[in-house]
Amino acid sequence: MAAVSIRGLTKEYVQDDRRVIAVSNVDLDIGDGEFVCVVGHSGCGKTTLLNILAGFIEPTTGTITFGDGGGPRQGDIGVVFQEYALFPWRTALGNVEFGLEMRNVPPAERRRRAQAFLELVHLGHAASTFPHQLSGGMRQRVAVARAMAYEPALMLMDEPFGALDAQTRERLQSLTEEIWQKTRKTVFYVTHNLAEAVYLADRIVVMRPNPGRIHEVIAVDLPRPRDALSPAFVALQRHITEMIRDDRGTGDEKH
Amino acid sequence: MRSTEASTPEAGPGRAAPPGPLAAHLGAVWGNLLPFLVLGVAWEAIVRMQVFPPILMPSLLDIGGTAVRMAMDGSLFNHVGSSVLRLLVGFVVGAVAGVGLGMAMGQSQRVERFFLPLLSALMPIPGLAWIPLFILWFGLGDGATVGVIIFSVVLPVAFNTWTGVKSANPVWVRAAESMGCRGRQLFFKVVLPGSLSMIFTGLRIGLSQGWRALVAGEMLSSPDWGMGFAIFDSRQFLATDVMLVMVMCIGFTGFLIVTVLFGWLEKRTVVRWGMLQEVGA
Repeated sequence: MAAVSIRGLTKEYVQDDRRVIAVSNVDLDIGDGEFVCVVGHSGCGKTTLLNILAGFIEPTTGTITFGDGGGPRQGDIGVVFQEYALFPWRTALGNVEFGLEMRNVPPAERRRRAQAFLELVHLGHAASTFPHQLSGGMRQRVAVARAMAYEPALMLMDEPFGALDAQTRERLQSLTEEIWQKTRKTVFYVTHNLAEAVYLADRIVVMRPNPGRIHEVIAVDLPRPRDALSPAFVALQRHITEMIRDDRGTGDEKH
Repeated sequence: MRSTEASTPEAGPGRAAPPGPLAAHLGAVWGNLLPFLVLGVAWEAIVRMQVFPPILMPSLLDIGGTAVRMAMDGSLFNHVGSSVLRLLVGFVVGAVAGVGLGMAMGQSQRVERFFLPLLSALMPIPGLAWIPLFILWFGLGDGATVGVIIFSVVLPVAFNTWTGVKSANPVWVRAAESMGCRGRQLFFKVVLPGSLSMIFTGLRIGLSQGWRALVAGEMLSSPDWGMGFAIFDSRQFLATDVMLVMVMCIGFTGFLIVTVLFGWLEKRTVVRWGMLQEVGA
């Protein structure tokens, strides 16, 4: 059963009296418990697609249907942003509790559940720490815990580790893999890092710009956890790199 | 070996400083005291040189004696108490109205469009300029003084609150909305704490402007008690010692309210959250 069905999705807007098609005629099914990565250079519409799924912006035409037949609803999705989006006035635990508070979970229960999700990202010891006392990688781990704690039907991740240094980024990729193996969440993950996509995804959606559209959807059949130096891994990464090589520098990503 | 992870935030750099916390504290106190000692010595030197006649420039000992006398007969506390009461009434009313107005402006474009030109036009006018008018409208006494304090507090508080709401990180609102937060909850759990450091800035400015308005208002509107009034009234009797006692009381009370009260509030909120570096730290 598909967790999310996207049909005929198009987003147009007018900029300087010019009609810009950010996303054109996208059809995509995301399976229940599937990890889908979306790759492509700036301007290919991958972030626009995520923002539409999140309900932050309205599509011009097309439909999004969730597994139970509803449209996109804020509160039933978990979003991890590229920039640091934790609430600085709340502790790590308080941040993770936020979504549970919105669902009126009683305080003792939500503290217990928030703590469990902090432990899932190996930050159980940092519960009472404020975000500004945490490193960039730790903050994004708290953000992942916060987006998961209220058990959303769909996780949206918008280049969540894009601002981190290479080593931290790699550690968080394997942590993401580990968490996903444990929880089997449905994940829609936007990145421009192809190695990251090949490492994490069940399927990779390759998008190309002008207009932003799906070029190809590639199933990744490599056994997990994946070895980024194995010939099959490298071959797939090269294949996608060549596919979108000419798309670079086509302009800024539109949100 | 202690972990460098942020799980032990109490092990901050302050603790690791070589002189130890008590010595560092005493050092800070001495550093703050020294300029006042120098000022006192200079004052006494000028008094001894008789640059001014002693009645116009009393020695520190005479000022201290007057302070003790005023404390004994209670007039000191009556003056300070009446002033602080007026300030608090005016400040609380002005602050509540200012935060409310600033929030409304930050949330609604129509409210913003309407009030922004008014704020911009009124902000540069010193509150003191209104005092004579307020005296004519509200009569001599508390009405005019409290009125001008409210007026002096509302504008900077509203302006800074509005700025705070406008500059609060929009990704906080997006994150909250994605978790199903909206309406009143969005306001109280995200917008308000997110703009708190700017609100505090507005309150600090409002308080110091209200403080000035208070002293000037008391001088002109002649209430029975009040530090500003006491200073103005003393000129008739050449009671420069009373003037100086009152000036020092104004300075000390203002320091207590602004630095101690606000420092305390900020330390427990925005400084703790890393949204504002501690002032002077």
